[in-house]
Amino acid sequence: MKPKYDVIVVGAGPGGSITAKTCAEAGLDVLLIEKRQEIGDPVRCAEGVSKEGLKKHIQPDPRWIAAEVKGSKILAPDGTEIKMSEEASSGKAGYTLERKVFDRALAQQAAQAGAEVMVKTRATGLLRDNGKITGINAMYMGETQEIRADIVIGADGVESKVGRWGGIDTSLKPHDIETGAQFLVSNIDPGEYSRFYMGEKYAPGGYLWVFPKGKHTANVGLGLLGSKSGNVRAITLLENFIKNYMPEAKILEMVVGGVPVSGPIKQTVTDGLMLVGDAARQSDPLTGGGIINAMDAGKMAGEVCIKAKEKGDYSVKTLKEYEDKWRATIGKELSKSLAVKNMLLKLTDEQLNQLAHSLKGIDTSKMPLPVVLPILFKKNPKILWELRTLFV
Amino acid sequence: MSVNVNRYKCGYCGACVGVCPVGALELVETWIEVDNTCTSCGVCAKICPVGALVVVQ
Repeated sequence: MKPKYDVIVVGAGPGGSITAKTCAEAGLDVLLIEKRQEIGDPVRCAEGVSKEGLKKHIQPDPRWIAAEVKGSKILAPDGTEIKMSEEASSGKAGYTLERKVFDRALAQQAAQAGAEVMVKTRATGLLRDNGKITGINAMYMGETQEIRADIVIGADGVESKVGRWGGIDTSLKPHDIETGAQFLVSNIDPGEYSRFYMGEKYAPGGYLWVFPKGKHTANVGLGLLGSKSGNVRAITLLENFIKNYMPEAKILEMVVGGVPVSGPIKQTVTDGLMLVGDAARQSDPLTGGGIINAMDAGKMAGEVCIKAKEKGDYSVKTLKEYEDKWRATIGKELSKSLAVKNMLLKLTDEQLNQLAHSLKGIDTSKMPLPVVLPILFKKNPKILWELRTLFV
Repeated sequence: MSVNVNRYKCGYCGACVGVCPVGALELVETWIEVDNTCTSCGVCAKICPVGALVVVQ
């Protein structure tokens, strides 16, 4: 360990590892820390990504691709099926990842680019000099030590503390989080499509997913909006679904987790500090997807670290470029998704069925979601009136 | 004031840490720690995917 780094990245998920790699490739001194003793494990993710988004950052590798899907199927509460995003035209079809291997591969790329990596090392606070952030306190094997750096990156996930220590309130309200449970199940036919089940009976304020993971296996999980959780729990809804709809399934793994669905938060940067990925609440409020956004944001944050180092200025004046950049790209999409999610929350199951029926006779199979939404709006202006500004 | 974490149920996912309005919770590798700033507001208990947290008044 060095006495001082240019950048310390807290959290070795996809966002943190891409940030670390980007900085290290430019010759910056980078330390990537992970509080768990194993990078990538335990998983807290449904593991679905779009091919297109992934390929921007890393060449797909069979070691961490568990399955390839043809596209998506959205199932209305009455079972009406909408096929979407087949690869032929959109390039949007996706993979189901093996996160345990994927995350490790990304961290390894950061390491090979020159970043130092420490596992079982947990940030416990920020170091300050005259109020200025100068590094972190970190605990490794029960011993706390001071590690200095010009910039601290909080890529510490849904449970992020780095932002809070830096004075950024990242706490999520119950309606800003999906509380999720998932089983990796075997002895089922996963099909060739990622399936999304909509409706109160499956997942109030969220959806239930079946993502093919292999020949006889799938990630079957659901997200329940936090504000609707309490009397009913994500795990109970999931157990009931498996019992009623997949009685043949055998459970090989249990995954639980929270997914930020707040949409863009007010602040993700302060002097000497930037937040990336779930820590910056950059996961998509509609789909819950966060891997690609985190990687995109990590790249942006890394590039801004490089600039800051060149200028020798680590204040918010320089770091703000990251905030501006992600807001103009990821942030825009998050806001759109948030509007659609808020709309969906108001719809009854009957209205969801109506929306699905209105697409009868239209071949959506090659369209991605952003193309299908305006069509839905044109056909159902009354139900979707609030969304009109999104599509003009 | 505090919350009790049932360690036999907890899946150490950290969702509770993300919603705590005062930052009283921390996910250490496989367990949740609660510090004395907890106000027993119950948000964590409400959103826990497995119902592992119980508010103590």
